[in-house]
Amino acid sequence: MKGNVIKYERDNIDTDVIIPGQYLKVHDYAELALHAMEGLDPAFHSKVKEGDFILSGRNFGCGSSREHAPIALSHSGIKAVLALSFARIFYRNAVDGAFLLPIEIEEDAYSNISEGDELDIDIRINEIKNLTKNKTYKMKPFSEIIGKIIEAGGLFKYKPD
Amino acid sequence: MNITEKILARASGRQRVVPDDVIFANVDKVMIHDVSGPGVIKVFDKLKKQGINVDKLWDPTKVWVAEDHFVPSADMVSAENIVKLSDFTKNYGIEKHFKYGMGQYGICHTLSHEEALVLPGEVYVGGDSHTNTTGALGSFACGLGHTDVAYVLLNGKIWFKVPETLYFKLNGKLPEHVMAKDFILKIIGDISTEGGAYKTMQFGGSGIDEMSVESRLTLCNMTTEAGAKNGIVEPDQKVVDYLTSRGATNISLVHGDDDAEYQKIYEYEGSEMEPIVAKPFSPENISIVREAPSVELDKSYIGSCTGAKYEDLEAVAKILKGRKVKIRTEILPASISIYKRAMENGLLKIFLDAGVTVGPPTCGACCGAHMGVLAKDEICISTTNRNFPGRMGHVDSQTYLSSPLVAAASAVTGKITDPRDLN
Repeated sequence: MKGNVIKYERDNIDTDVIIPGQYLKVHDYAELALHAMEGLDPAFHSKVKEGDFILSGRNFGCGSSREHAPIALSHSGIKAVLALSFARIFYRNAVDGAFLLPIEIEEDAYSNISEGDELDIDIRINEIKNLTKNKTYKMKPFSEIIGKIIEAGGLFKYKPD
Repeated sequence: MNITEKILARASGRQRVVPDDVIFANVDKVMIHDVSGPGVIKVFDKLKKQGINVDKLWDPTKVWVAEDHFVPSADMVSAENIVKLSDFTKNYGIEKHFKYGMGQYGICHTLSHEEALVLPGEVYVGGDSHTNTTGALGSFACGLGHTDVAYVLLNGKIWFKVPETLYFKLNGKLPEHVMAKDFILKIIGDISTEGGAYKTMQFGGSGIDEMSVESRLTLCNMTTEAGAKNGIVEPDQKVVDYLTSRGATNISLVHGDDDAEYQKIYEYEGSEMEPIVAKPFSPENISIVREAPSVELDKSYIGSCTGAKYEDLEAVAKILKGRKVKIRTEILPASISIYKRAMENGLLKIFLDAGVTVGPPTCGACCGAHMGVLAKDEICISTTNRNFPGRMGHVDSQTYLSSPLVAAASAVTGKITDPRDLN
């Protein structure tokens, strides 16, 4: 999976900035995408491209249970969020709804990867290649159940053993 | 096993669970509201297109529906969502739909306890992050997104990773000017907004035993702000009496074992607790009220599942009785039942005499939806639960989170005020 990075070098990016509360009444996915990241980066919508990744710090997606958050990012074209850690509801919404991949990274990847870098992520071998900088980083492997749900294509397609 | 582990073991048909076990838990109750409900309907539509049968819910008697975020309908889109929600409950045979303008209605988490919809020992999930609130009744209460709630509605179960438990022990009663809200803000300040992530936050000790059920609800409510999977208090006679007085029967309590294990135990002395505010832009950014910045407030907002229960309004009335507010102040009781009690006991008159605008139950401005949202540069003190940028309105507005006592005292002075410092 290849894409370019949009980097937000901060912790605690919350669901209120990913998709502000006034849009909670909206359930049209394309319209939600127009307002993705509006609370933090009003330019996001004009710069995001299909297949991009977001890179951020700790506790990404903290706050509310609004599935609007992964939906707005996914329908903006974001295929994965790389972060030092994730808030639990954002994480499970992203996986169970098969909207995007929440990828936990280590400090080295966080500090080394820059805005615009092109990455190639291979979740089968837990590896992130930085094609721009010619470097390789490890991602934290998904837990067993998360890996299976991702492989199945979301919770509804997952058949428990 | 501790109480959370025991509930999850029973719900998954196991003798024993330990942290990190992945289980499918049978769910006892599930809640949706006017934001997550239409979200779930959208998921159902998607599933239909994939050929998945969504004709019947697993058990419509275990489902209840609240109208709270954008009601009374804030605009046409919200009005359409309410119509959609009504069609959904009608089509699927859900009888417990609390509609605004038709008797009891209010914020979903408030209804969970006011209407005794959730009982001790149950697994309760809701399409809202503050579902954690209801763990104060001794249940496992956890917030989920639309896809997960749709899965529960169709299958009656959902996966969980059994959480580690952090135990917060409060020794001795809180002083009179300190509320449960101050205590939970103090805890979040200590452990950070990530400190409880993926974990259970359990509260106990003599200070918790002394606390009312409503105060315990405030504690569990804001475990969400520490990232917790659930908040919980071991149920006691107070919980039984509280639920029985609201019509519950067949209550059976689940308790942790004597050798229950906790990942970490934190101890606090009740007598040392102080009124606290969380400054913009995070619930962990706390300050003792007497050391808070001297800002000119524009508004005091007393509302939400966190800060508009009956006891919260009583605290506010104690301060506002015979006084006038100096800044715009809104009070929105969290349910009609609370509103009515406030009327019967003279609280509404105190509020109106003080100059307050009293509004209907709604999540309203807490989530920046409507009914008093903040303009650019406006500064608000609020009994709500979050103060991220833009949470209550404009991205350049500011919210200080506080207890109802502090929000009321600050309404009187126009500055962040310790209730002890009022004349």
